[in-house]
Amino acid sequence: MYVADSRAGAPRTAASAAGAARPGAGRRRTAVAPTVLALGTVSLITDVSSEMVTAVLPLYLVAGLGLSPLGFGLLDGVYNGVSALVRLVGGHLADRGGGHHKWVAGAGYALSAACKPLLLVAQTLTPIGLVLAADRTGKGLRTAPRDALISLSSTPGTRGRAFGVHRAMDTAGALLGPLVAFLVLRATVDGYDAVFTVSFCVAVVGVLVLVLFVPGGTANALGAAPRPSSGRPATRATLRAAFALLRRRDLRRIAVCALLLGLATVGDSFVYLLLQRRLGVPDRWFALLPLGTAAAFLLLALPLGRIADRAGRWRVFLGGHLALLLAYGLLLSSWHGAALPYAVLLLHGAFYAATDGVLMAAAADSVPPELRSSGLALVQTGQALARFTCSLSFGAAWTAWGDRAALAGSAVALALCGVVALVLRPTVPERPA
Amino acid sequence: MTLRSRVLILVSALAVLAGVAAASVLHASARADRRDQARPGGPRITSGRLALTGGGHRVVFRNMAWGPHRDELVSAPAADPSGPRTASGVKCLRFHAASGTGVCLRAVHGPVQDTYRAVILDARLRERAHYDVPGIPSRARVSPSGRFAAWTAFVGGDSYAGTAFSTRAAIVDTRTGRLTPTLEAYRIVKDGRPYRAADVNFWGVTFAADDRTFYATMATRGSTYLVRGDLRARTLTTLHANVECPSLSPDGTRIAYKKRVEGAPEDAPWRLYVLELRTGRETALAEPRSVDDQLVWRDARTLVYALPGDYGADLYTVRADGTGTARRLTGAAVSPAYVG
Repeated sequence: MYVADSRAGAPRTAASAAGAARPGAGRRRTAVAPTVLALGTVSLITDVSSEMVTAVLPLYLVAGLGLSPLGFGLLDGVYNGVSALVRLVGGHLADRGGGHHKWVAGAGYALSAACKPLLLVAQTLTPIGLVLAADRTGKGLRTAPRDALISLSSTPGTRGRAFGVHRAMDTAGALLGPLVAFLVLRATVDGYDAVFTVSFCVAVVGVLVLVLFVPGGTANALGAAPRPSSGRPATRATLRAAFALLRRRDLRRIAVCALLLGLATVGDSFVYLLLQRRLGVPDRWFALLPLGTAAAFLLLALPLGRIADRAGRWRVFLGGHLALLLAYGLLLSSWHGAALPYAVLLLHGAFYAATDGVLMAAAADSVPPELRSSGLALVQTGQALARFTCSLSFGAAWTAWGDRAALAGSAVALALCGVVALVLRPTVPERPA
Repeated sequence: MTLRSRVLILVSALAVLAGVAAASVLHASARADRRDQARPGGPRITSGRLALTGGGHRVVFRNMAWGPHRDELVSAPAADPSGPRTASGVKCLRFHAASGTGVCLRAVHGPVQDTYRAVILDARLRERAHYDVPGIPSRARVSPSGRFAAWTAFVGGDSYAGTAFSTRAAIVDTRTGRLTPTLEAYRIVKDGRPYRAADVNFWGVTFAADDRTFYATMATRGSTYLVRGDLRARTLTTLHANVECPSLSPDGTRIAYKKRVEGAPEDAPWRLYVLELRTGRETALAEPRSVDDQLVWRDARTLVYALPGDYGADLYTVRADGTGTARRLTGAAVSPAYVG
């Protein structure tokens, strides 16, 4: 009965909090650029809105509309594949003409906001699936430009922290969303329409904060990057240039490592299922397991981002995968202590905190500003597709050999990929701040 | 634009949006109040004692008509299901009963989130036991003898698992209290060979009279199967493809079910059929609409099921031999069980 891992195809978008310093203030440890805070706020608000809907959707389908949600998972997988490709499009559009990051991201946020009222009129599975596909398209569009904005408004030395702030704010929103949704449902009876309306209002606030408080302009105007002397971008943001990024050794290595490690990253829902099966976590706690991961992610995102700035992003990134490997090890071990679920969830959250934003910070070092969005999108899409592949093969392995053997296989694969990633690590030292 | 004007725009927008959000919540909660008011022309409902045995041949179901008894179990004469309803005060989302045992799937309102439980009821609707249900409950059944009860829940859909779902079907022996939380614990024999897969899902259990045999839906790799279960051997054997939510006839020879038909829209893919277990012959029933319910046999010739209606769901009836036409039995009702 494993839950098809719908997130595999669209891993948590790296919510980017432009946490970087203003130009000239880059070295101050406490400085987080206003742009980063603004983008973090946008992500927080938007995640409240979208997680509100996600949290009540199954209830709405079964209790509100009387549908069987089973067929829904089937539609869902298809849309997730589309989302990965949309991300590349969003990245490319944002770079074209010298950096429309804000407006491409804004279009993505607006598209998702517009989907919320449509849920009020979509009454059957297919239209609801289409609305959610549009919602996910918006998410795919905005992710890379937003992460590019974060990296561009940060100095290289504070990028890890910037992404850490953003991820923490983003996750806080994701945790708040279900809470708001259930408070609305509590205040009403079957108030799904109220949930969708409130979600829409919240999403509009997110778009407004973006429009009003995130600086627009070109990548170069954002400060961190040196201005090309010619006055036009050093590299024209063509599609060809975007794919030529892969000829850069550093970015290629990062992409390959992310891909390899992604291939050994077991999807979240599998981790929770394994935890439940091995430890006999009572059914009613099952829904709370992801909250444990999210809470650890929320608490660790900023500290690990700061450590990444100081100790090196690649080390922290690999360290995150070591945490994941430890989590696998605990799941495979015979230890059945009461603390085991907490330890596994803490490690799982630490894995996200050490990899999600940190990878973007590391990739940003290897992509010129004028192609930043495309470059980040390439890495994200590669990772997303790798994780999706991993979920499929993990499901097959689980079927063929059982959950324990499948996990053991993943652990071995993760260790091997980790060693390869250690060897392949980008050679260029991270730029000093 | 100055910071001041930007803040001003944001604050005014916040005021407007907060107004819209508050209005939508107030509207929805006022609607809840309206639902506590009986609608003119609705069924006559009076409080009373409701028993699963004695009291004549009656149909018990969840009343969805607006008014003070909304969502309570009510009973009506089996011969006149749209007649006056007797309300029990017991609220259930889904319900089934046989031989003086009821199973009631119910939401338990927590401070932040609802949880669900399956409550085993005795003949006077008093709670005998309850079990946690790990997700949104959908199907409920009691074996003809009243000894076994089963239910299905949709699991998943929490914020981090995305929008994918799986189902879990549980069976409890109400005499011993022994619970099988998921049929995945059973051994599967598919097409004559042992079968293991992580993606198997079960739903829609229906029991035979021998307190050993049951039938259910098994889904794996995108296909659904009718499986026959053995409570003692703890095995499941596939019998037939494309069968969902089976319902065994009182004589144990036929299965009524919903089946995905070709060419039907993706969101309304099911039509009703009856399968003769001995011959494997399928008969299409005279219900042209897509039905997403587990049917109930009123008697050896007649089936009852729910379709979406103005107040959630209405009950319909159709003949089991494929003849006749579907007929509306009563409005604002779901989860019927024939008792007495």
